[in-house]
Amino acid sequence: MERIPILRMGDLLLVTIQVDMHDRLAMTLQDDLTERIVRDAAKGVLIDISALDLVDSFIGRMISNTAAMARVLDAQTVVVGMQPAVAITLVELGLTLTGVKTALNVEKGMALLGKTNFG
Amino acid sequence: MSDAYTTAAGRESDLLERHRQARTARLTLPLRSDEDVVALRRHVRERAVAIALSLVDQTKLVTAASELARNTLKYGGGGEVHLDSLDDGFRKGVGLHFVDHGPGIPDIETALRDGYTTGGGLGLGLGGSRRLVDEFEIDTRIGEGTTVSVVKWKR
Repeated sequence: MERIPILRMGDLLLVTIQVDMHDRLAMTLQDDLTERIVRDAAKGVLIDISALDLVDSFIGRMISNTAAMARVLDAQTVVVGMQPAVAITLVELGLTLTGVKTALNVEKGMALLGKTNFG
Repeated sequence: MSDAYTTAAGRESDLLERHRQARTARLTLPLRSDEDVVALRRHVRERAVAIALSLVDQTKLVTAASELARNTLKYGGGGEVHLDSLDDGFRKGVGLHFVDHGPGIPDIETALRDGYTTGGGLGLGLGGSRRLVDEFEIDTRIGEGTTVSVVKWKR
């Protein structure tokens, strides 16, 4: 089955979404991430969406849910790299990703998670 | 294959009828699976790029297409979508017509309201999509099906 890879860097999990996600793939990622947070005792999750040219309500909900699940599992989530056109569309669609931390790029996202030296 | 199609109501939607003269090309795609939705997004993006929509407008149209295609799948039990390239001599646009033969929408005003959902989603699909396009029309018949038509014009 098709899966989006999750990388571990110290106590962080890093996901770079590089494919046009269909709904099942988004749900699989949400499940996989939650599973990995527990298994790897991760403290932070960084989701890089800079390659995504679309975030619709389903993907948006997956991101919000993942962040909420991570929170109750004692991990922080930061979404980085959202394209400006995607941000404009998301807000107009009515989705504001309440409760999800965001940063402009991976480096700033790492800083937000308290990791200055990528490890 | 005939160029014309009929909606659940047995006729083309008013919006589609108004733009019939402007139609320069049509592509019809099935909407039966998640993968069909991804394929549609790609085709819509191509059409949007072809008429030089701005990146923001491309993104809005593709996002609206994704929401409406999901509705067709989830609430309409699948169906098909017609992608029309439009050119009325003054402007170019992309028209999308989502056709299903599902149960229909009993109360359109409520269905369009943000946050209203019967399917466990966020309830942003219909109302949200309407804000992302220039023209929007729903033609629904209880027990027969629903056609949602949208158009985005190049500004």
